[in-house]
Amino acid sequence: MQAEPQNNAVMAKTLRYNNLSVSLHWLMALVVFGLFALGFWMVDLTYYSSWYKTAPYWHKSVGILLAALLLLRLFWRFKAGKPAALPHQNRRLQQMAALVHLLLYLLLLAIVLTGYLISTADGRGIEVFSWFEVPGMGELFAEQADIAGALHKWFAYVLMALVVLHAAGALKHHFVDKDTTLKRMWWHKN
Amino acid sequence: MKKFVIAAAMSAIFSLPAVQAADYVIDTQGAHAFIQFKVSHLGYSWLHGRFNTFSGKFSYDDKNLAASKISLEIDTKSVDSNHAERDKHLRSADFLNVDKHGKASFVSTKVVPKEGENFDLVGNFTLNGVTKEITIAAAKTGEGKDPWGGYRAGFEGKTSINLSDYGIKNILGPASETVQLDLVVEGIRQ
Repeated sequence: MQAEPQNNAVMAKTLRYNNLSVSLHWLMALVVFGLFALGFWMVDLTYYSSWYKTAPYWHKSVGILLAALLLLRLFWRFKAGKPAALPHQNRRLQQMAALVHLLLYLLLLAIVLTGYLISTADGRGIEVFSWFEVPGMGELFAEQADIAGALHKWFAYVLMALVVLHAAGALKHHFVDKDTTLKRMWWHKN
Repeated sequence: MKKFVIAAAMSAIFSLPAVQAADYVIDTQGAHAFIQFKVSHLGYSWLHGRFNTFSGKFSYDDKNLAASKISLEIDTKSVDSNHAERDKHLRSADFLNVDKHGKASFVSTKVVPKEGENFDLVGNFTLNGVTKEITIAAAKTGEGKDPWGGYRAGFEGKTSINLSDYGIKNILGPASETVQLDLVVEGIRQ
């Protein structure tokens, strides 16, 4: 029995993310971009648009699947830990990067939660591609749909701003510092 | 007229106090009053909804109906069409614009008695910050003692409004331009 689980974690002794982490990271990146674009576009659809019903239906279905993916990812993050920091990196920058990672996780959680709260404020469940339905819990607080809706939107904007920062950091490491920060978040053969 | 004479004779015979203009408070507390609307969906069907929160009072005199008055204030945030996502949309700037105009109101200016228990209720209706004169085709449905020591009078009324008259752009199609309003009001005499 190890006193510190971090030492025993899958990735603690390596300098790179393992393939499951890499897959979750890029799949979620793709889904998040897709959902943001879809959400941004669908709220201005006219009533007679053929997408008026389909777009929110996809947005909600994929959003629930993203929530499941996020839970899996957080589980894996705690179980497998994260790779050791690259040597010769600025400690301040490492802390900032870690803070951004934490905020990204928290915002994603908050966004899927508020999304759920909008659609379920009347007790309706959320149908996921007619495979299954996530039950609703009804109105948990006053003006739930409006408050959750406003938060959902603003959290999404903040998330995208942080994603830009996150990506800019990765690109700076790759092209300016020429270290392996970006490469270690890519698939590799053992 | 006959009715009037009989009523007058009865009150004389039984030396009951003559019924005078009495003030009534609309029984929203016990939810014996309803402000409902219906609007065409695509021209094929009807959508029903209501406002859950409102208050009002009226004064009513059986002998002198024309002197009756009513005022109503409606909390537009309380719009309820039994669908959280739709209600959120109805509260938005696309429709009721509740952040800017949280109240709608009706204040009567004139009562025109008609045949039987029917009358026209003319007054100023304010919605989305726009005030227009409307006429509600109204009728008394009944009055009398309630089983709990009070005295109640009930009325119902119908009218219709055009969305564009109140600065609401109709995005739902031509069949949905006109909204029908149904009022059921039960007052408790003060």
